[in-house]
This record gives sequence, C-alpha cells and structure tokens, in this order.
Amino acid sequence: MQSLSARRPAARMRRDPAPSKWDYRLQRWMLTPYVRGFVVKGIPTLVILGAAALWFSHEPNRQAVIGQLTHLREEFEARPEFRVSLARVEGASDDLAAAVRAKLALPLPMSSFDIDLDAARARIEALDAVKKADLRVRSGGILQVVITERVPVAVWRTEDGLTLVDETGHRVAGLLSRADRADLPLIAGEGADAATPEALDLIAAAGPLTPRIRGLVRVGDRRWDLVLDRDQRVLLPATNPVQALERLLALDHAQDLMNRDILTVDLRSDHRPTLRLTPHALADIRRAQGLDTVENEL
Amino acid sequence: MTDLYTSQRAMRNMRRAAMQRGVIAILDVGTSKIACLILRFDGPDRLREQDGVGPMAGQSQFRVIGAATTRSRGVRFGEIAVMNETERAIRTAVQAAQKMANVRVDHVIACFSGAEPRSYGLAGELDLQDSVVTEQDVSRVLAACDVPDLGHGREVLHAQPVNFALDHRSGLGDPRGQIGHRLAVDMHLLSVEGDVVQNLLYCIKRCDLELAGIASSAYVSAISSLVEDEQELGAACIDMGGGATGISIFMKKHMIYSDSVRMGGDHVTSDISKGLQIPLAVAERIKTRHGGLYATGMDDREMIDIGGDSGDWEKDRRQISRTELIGIMRPRVEEILEEVRATLDAAGFDTLPSQQIVLTGGASQIPGLDGIATRVLGQRVRLGRPLRVQGLPQAATGAAFASAVGLCLFAAHPQDEWWDFEIPAERYPARSLRRAVKWFKDNW
Repeated sequence: MQSLSARRPAARMRRDPAPSKWDYRLQRWMLTPYVRGFVVKGIPTLVILGAAALWFSHEPNRQAVIGQLTHLREEFEARPEFRVSLARVEGASDDLAAAVRAKLALPLPMSSFDIDLDAARARIEALDAVKKADLRVRSGGILQVVITERVPVAVWRTEDGLTLVDETGHRVAGLLSRADRADLPLIAGEGADAATPEALDLIAAAGPLTPRIRGLVRVGDRRWDLVLDRDQRVLLPATNPVQALERLLALDHAQDLMNRDILTVDLRSDHRPTLRLTPHALADIRRAQGLDTVENEL
Repeated sequence: MTDLYTSQRAMRNMRRAAMQRGVIAILDVGTSKIACLILRFDGPDRLREQDGVGPMAGQSQFRVIGAATTRSRGVRFGEIAVMNETERAIRTAVQAAQKMANVRVDHVIACFSGAEPRSYGLAGELDLQDSVVTEQDVSRVLAACDVPDLGHGREVLHAQPVNFALDHRSGLGDPRGQIGHRLAVDMHLLSVEGDVVQNLLYCIKRCDLELAGIASSAYVSAISSLVEDEQELGAACIDMGGGATGISIFMKKHMIYSDSVRMGGDHVTSDISKGLQIPLAVAERIKTRHGGLYATGMDDREMIDIGGDSGDWEKDRRQISRTELIGIMRPRVEEILEEVRATLDAAGFDTLPSQQIVLTGGASQIPGLDGIATRVLGQRVRLGRPLRVQGLPQAATGAAFASAVGLCLFAAHPQDEWWDFEIPAERYPARSLRRAVKWFKDNW
C-alpha cells in the first residue's frame, strides 16, 4: 500500500532565485554610503524633528511646556539651600551701616538667584560715605556687605554750608559747624573740592606757617590763595604752587617776612614776589622817606 | 599590443583605486558555481602589533567581509555560453555577498578557467648602454622580447617576467642597480581567446560593476594551494573544476606554464546521469554523497536509492550499488587525469627538479582521488586546500574555493606583470617630455 501524498526527494535543491535587475540596482543604491546614512539617520531625525515642530506649532502646547519649565525653575530656586535670610554689613560705622541697610532695601529672606548683586552694589556705592562695597552671598544664607568708608581730609566751605571731602575731593558728609572738625584744614572757593590733593600738598609744605593757616581759597577755579591769620594772604601761582610756597618760606626764614606788617604776598610771577603793605605801614615808610601824603577819603 | 597594454594598465589603476577605497569584490566564474567574496583592505599595520602577524605576502592586509556562492547557469567549460543567465547568476552572488558585507562594491576582480589558455616562453636580450641596470633598461629588455603570433582573436592574459640574466649570471629576481653588460629576460606569456574575455567583461559591466583585474583560475588557485616551498622548488597545480581542469606549473615563485583540459566534475555527473538514466541534479547529489573511486567488497552491499518522479513504480524504486557508481565515475576521472598527464608531459614537467603535484578544485574532493592520481601522475601527489585567509566563512574554506581565495591573494599582492613596468622611452611619441628628459640625460 502506497501513501497517496507525493514523496519528495529527501534533499531538495536549494532555491536561490536571481534578483531582478531593478531589485539589484535598488539594493546597491541603498548600500551607497550617503543614501544609507540618509535612510538610517536622516529620515528618522527628520521625522522626529517634524513631529516635534508640529506639536510645538500648537500654542497651548508651547505654553504648557514653557509653564512647566518655569515652574521647575522656580521650584529649584526656592529651595532652602539658596535662601538668603540675613545681610551683614562689615567695615562701616553704625550710622553708615544703617544707611547701607536702608539702601540695600532687599526683602529678605529671598532666593540668592533673585538678588541682583551688581545693582545692590551700585545702590550702596551711591552713598557718599562709601568708597567701595563688596557684596557676596556666603554659606548659611548670609549676604555679606564689606564697606570701605571714605575718610574726610578737609572741610570745604561753600555758600550752602560746610562739607567734608576726602582726598580725591569727593563729598563724604555735611558738617554743621567748623568746630566739629577743627583738626581738618579748611578750603573754600569754586572747584576747591576737585583740587583737594593740591591743597593737601600745599598744607604739607607750609612748614612753620602751619599754625598760622586759616585756610585755602580757590580763586577762579585756577589757583590757590593761602589765607593766614592777621588777614594775611599769599597769592600762589596756578602752576607749581608748592615750589612758590617753598620760596616764600625761604624768604620768610631769611628776612622774617611774614611777621611784618604785610597784607599780601603775591607769588604769581616767577620773577619776583610782590608785597602789599598795610596802609599804615605804607604811610610810615613814606614818612620815613620824607614824603607827605594827603590822606583823605579818596 | 598597445591596446592590451592600456587596458591592462587601466585595470591595474582601478585595482589600486579600489584598494584605496578599501573594498573590492572577487568573482570566480566557474562552470558549476559562481563565488563572490568581498574583501576589505584595512592597511597592513592594523593587525601587526596585537597578534604578531607579519605581512605574509599581503594576506594580512585584507579581511573577507562577505561571501556568497550560487549555482552557476549559462557557463560551459569555464566560458560564458548564455549571456543573460550568467549575468543573473553573477548578480545573485554579488547581491548576496553585498548583503552579508553590508557594503556596496564597485570594483571586481574576476577569474575564469576556460578560453583555451596557451603558454609561451619569451626571451629578450639587450646590450646595456651604461653598465648599471636601470628601470628603463628593464622596460627596454621586456620590449625587446619577440612576441610570437598568438593567432587570430587571442589576447594576452598574463605576461610575467620570470627570470632575469645579467651577462652569465642567471636567476636574478630584480636586476635593477646591478652592474653588467648584457641583460636578458625570460618571460611567460599566457594567451586566451579574446571573445571569452570580452563576454565576461560585458557581463560584469551589465551588473554595474567595473572590472579591476582579470586572471586565469589555474594561476590563482595555484597561488592559494601551493605552499611557498612548492612554488619555489617547482610544482604543478591541477585545479579540477566543474567544466574545465586547469593546470599550472610553478617554479621559483613564478608560473612558467599553464594549460587547461576541457573536462571536469560536470562530465562525471553527466556520465552518472546518462548511465543511470536519472536527472542531473540527482546525479550530482549521488556523486557528492556516495561517490568514490575505489570499490571494496563493502560497496557491493551498500545500495543507493536513485529514485525518480516518473510515476512508474519499478523505475522510481531503482537501486544501485555503490560499486556500480564507482564503476561509472572511475573511467572518467582516469580520463581526465590521463589528459592532465599528457599535458604535463608535453610541457616537459618530468624534467623539473621537483615533481610535486597538487590537486585542488571542487572535483578533487572525490574520495580516493589521490590514490588514482598517484598511479597516473606519479608518486608525489597531494590534495591541496586553499590557504586560510581572515574572515573566510567555514563553508568557503574547501578545495572548491581555491581559485576564489587565490584571487584574494592576487588582488592583495599581484606579481609584476609586463604592464607594471614603464614603457621604454623610445616607444613614446616623438614630442613626449620623457623623451626630452632622456635626451638631456644622454647628452650631459
């Protein structure tokens, strides 16, 4: 009895059909490096980018993503590690520290991300008495403000009142009475503050005249007058006033000039100092020379 | 002559360009199968440090990254008989190999076994102008060889300088820079039918591939199957393919003779098919599974089901003993070997110092072949398998792939051929710059 199903030979010949010409070409084309790269990487990238762009082109989606990101950012910034709860002012007197705190005007506690240190520094440095301010957020949530104060070196008298100025001529503070800071020299005149360094040089060079100095007057924002007691004035030149003063001191040392009855010493000309005597002394000299002057109101 | 020169040179340049790009395909167009290997050239220094592999004649330069084989169609006696069938078979093999390698190849080196190869030994002599041999002198002495009349429609496939002699010193491999007066060269030239080569070229071109080299399969299978000392001392490689059996004789690492016998394994199959009245496919299967050349008493009892699809119960239940099968196969194999013997005798193989014979190719896998070959060809016969190259799949390491593997080695490290030398300056056109340079050199 034979089974009805056809018996196949045990080992079938392996089929390997030839590819069609176009199949072969397509396969070779797909194996070309650029085409392959484009298909394997380029097309998925384009599809993903396209889908993302399509999704983002819808306004609510965009808003939702932005809102989510903002929320995440805020949550992160609000963490206690970044909270600043205390401002510590160092290197300032109590009054100035109070003024600095007032200027800082930060609603503490707040996140260190929200503090604009540059703006705060600019605000503090706007105070006249502050020369330099260093702000940094220290660990432990402390905002450290290190202040370098301006040191007043002179009193500047203006029509409005008295002002303390530092060595660069910058205003430090107002002054109610001269007697409060009698240790500081007095300067006056328009533009005197800007020329403060020169004034300090002159005072340092005054030597034996120092006890007699009443102050320095800036004339025409150009040159200095040294005012001494007994209403004596030394008119200094605009250029090299220190040398002129030293010459005067030499003259004084030799001839005891400043103790005489002199109203002004004019040093503005390099060639010769010019003296102006008091009217009384002038009359005495003339009398001694045998000259009679008519003294009248004119 | 110049036509051949230029086409072979163009192929050499294309081979160089393909190696630069790093990928080249190997195509063995055989009668029974078409094999395609894809090689990737990594450069010689990629492997050296880690596994201590030396240059080894270029074998370490490449790696087989794709291999495919397909049943051949339209090829008879190693020549293309039906063009589009062959084209389709080549496409199948190339596509499968590309798929495995995952890379596109544009350049292909092909070999074939048919086309009636004929060997010629050429000799040329030249008196040197100055006593030192220069590159130009080598080209000139090569040009001085008289080319025999190859016959109508025949072309040169290989032309290799085998030996240089300077005065009375012979056996020089490279005479450049040596001092002497008279330079002589022996050259081996292999000519084939031009039409067969043209057909193969056309087929490969139809597959959108470019031919970067062409070789005789007898030559390349000898490269892969003969070990180095056999190549050096002298040996014959018998590449028993499906439709043709290629013979090549090597000496001093050069092929000195090549021929082919237009018979092979397919003839054994067709004998079985005719003798037992069975289809060719079944005959092939019976041959490979049960074939042999020596019958023993055991074989009388081993019955082989040969079957059939005729519907006739008597015919479909036929059985033969293995002895009968051997009785059909043996005369044909003996005939092939006799032909080979005759060819070797004609070539004067018996005068060579070493008489080593190496059998390779798909048909050499018949059990018992070495015994018969010893009887017919001489005592020193061995079965050869191709060299192992990197990345070759296990399925492609058999003797049937000797020519494909040899072609890999040929691609990686070709021997110098005639067209690798420069054209001598005298042969250049009159206004050539090189000629001017030569004139200056001679006169100052």
